[in-house]
Amino acid sequence: MTGAGTSTPARPGFASELGRAARAFPTLLRIGVSEVVAYRAEFVVWILTTNMPLVMLAIWHAVAADGPVGRFDQKAFTAYYLGVLAVRLLTSNWAVWQLSMEIRDGTLSAKLLRPIHPIIALCADHLSAVPMRAAVISPVVAILIWSGWDRLLRHDVVLLLVLLASLVGAWLLIFFAMVLMGSLAFFVESALGIFELWIGIHAILSGYLVPLEALPRWLRGAADVLPFRFMLGFPVETLVGLLDRHAALRALGAQWGYVALAALAALGVWRAGLRRFSAFGG
Amino acid sequence: MPPDALIDVRDLSKSYRVHKRPPGIGAALKSVLRRRYELVKAVEGLSFQIAEGERVGFLGPNGAGKTTTLKVLAGLLHPTSGAVRVGTFVPQERDPRFLQLITLVMGQKQQLLWDLPPSDTYAMNRAIYDIPRAQADDTVRALVELLEIGDLVNKPTRQLSLGERMKCELVAALLHRPRVLFLDEPTIGLDVSMQAKMRDFIRDYNERYGAAVLLTSHYMDDVVALCPRVVVIDHGRLIYDGDLQALARRMRPDKRLTVRLSRTVERADLEKLGTVVSADAAQAVLSVPSVRLQAVVRDALAALPIVDLTIEEAPLEEVMRELFGAAAKGNGSTNGPPNGPRDDAHAHG
Repeated sequence: MTGAGTSTPARPGFASELGRAARAFPTLLRIGVSEVVAYRAEFVVWILTTNMPLVMLAIWHAVAADGPVGRFDQKAFTAYYLGVLAVRLLTSNWAVWQLSMEIRDGTLSAKLLRPIHPIIALCADHLSAVPMRAAVISPVVAILIWSGWDRLLRHDVVLLLVLLASLVGAWLLIFFAMVLMGSLAFFVESALGIFELWIGIHAILSGYLVPLEALPRWLRGAADVLPFRFMLGFPVETLVGLLDRHAALRALGAQWGYVALAALAALGVWRAGLRRFSAFGG
Repeated sequence: MPPDALIDVRDLSKSYRVHKRPPGIGAALKSVLRRRYELVKAVEGLSFQIAEGERVGFLGPNGAGKTTTLKVLAGLLHPTSGAVRVGTFVPQERDPRFLQLITLVMGQKQQLLWDLPPSDTYAMNRAIYDIPRAQADDTVRALVELLEIGDLVNKPTRQLSLGERMKCELVAALLHRPRVLFLDEPTIGLDVSMQAKMRDFIRDYNERYGAAVLLTSHYMDDVVALCPRVVVIDHGRLIYDGDLQALARRMRPDKRLTVRLSRTVERADLEKLGTVVSADAAQAVLSVPSVRLQAVVRDALAALPIVDLTIEEAPLEEVMRELFGAAAKGNGSTNGPPNGPRDDAHAHG
């Protein structure tokens, strides 16, 4: 081992670190799946608490009994809210809880000691829940296909590809938003309070409670430019045939633009926050 | 930095900005509008070096800055000022090659996955540290054998006892064969026999792999058994860096003479021989100046009904208490001794 006089060899490049993370990723996913299986009962109960789309479906179904609301008749509302339920369950992740807790109680320390970026490990951790989530939503998807087959994806292969890309985009956008909010715990004690505020705005502007088409014009304008729609509404609209090819591809571009922005913002806040990390308790 | 130094700490300082408010609802509401912060200096101007393969005890009272220093050395905290190097790396840059070089074991924290067997944590670490499977398997086998944990690695972590978990934790922490071990209270909460096993294991690892060990522990038995050298800090400042035995001799030059007696003797007879530390019907402990030791032993054997006699250094706990007490009285430490080069026979306090 050399002393202080010896210069440090150049740090491995980003590609090298990414390659190392890529090699570790399958094992991290496998371990993550094992953890999800270990917590399976808690996991399923937690998933089943996502019932708001079914409540909203009941309300709008009743409203549409007297006639369609815009483009939405009863069948369209059924397809929409089943789509919301499926996409929400598949793409949501709650990394903000884990991250803010680990920063506050210092348990992040153990993850910072490992030669893999903690965000990559966190990503694998939450991504590993997707197979179990997919299994849980399969009955919802089956009902959706049975009840709304005539409108799904407008029977267009391009829209199917857009849907798949938009689901990946939605997952990443939500994940980076969670990392961004979780990393605020480096700076403020109320990072979860900010998240609660985010949840409220997201419920309205993502299409979770109400299809964006049914919002007042001024609010719809805001929803179109803000990122919330790309976390939920856009994949659902693609799935249930509310978007044509042109609109879907344009929205996909905007969504991935937001993914890149969210990733940069999250990593920026993370990096700045790490300098302030006190590692109390950890 | 000496050419063989693996760890180099120079004039390290670390301060925290801590939010302070008095108790009560009024103070809570006031703090919403105006938060008051206090700067806490955890470490101040600390310097020391550690060579490859060296085992060093890092001692100090609670709140002295030991854990903060270890966290800076492990790259978890950014120093407020000063320079730290481990090998050729600056820890806070968290170069992956630096993270491969070190491990930090904290007795009250764990990296084991709670609901999965330790073997899954080992698999995860093997992947993260990019260790070839054969090498990882060999290391796990060797460490499992050394620590005698056998099938425990296949039981869910939550079902293991504290001692078993700690052993499994060590395997996880050493799987990548680090050359620098930062051990923060590694034996805390363990029973005496488990503590002894852990000490043997740490010594064995140090000798087998030539790893440098920096150990904090409130169990002085750990320090005596493992660390020929100690670095002692108080209020974030260095008060001693050097040989443990030399420190003991300097702070407590008297020897501890323990005699087991076949019958009760008068306290006055004991006081003729030295300072009585404790005495009961069966045993007496005397503190005797080293220069008089030979004469006192001769006199004791002649005058007392002795069954057994042992001579020891004063317990390290007492040495430390005296050292911290001297520092607190202001004999240099709180006003900051010059953090000069290591001095094997000099207590800065």
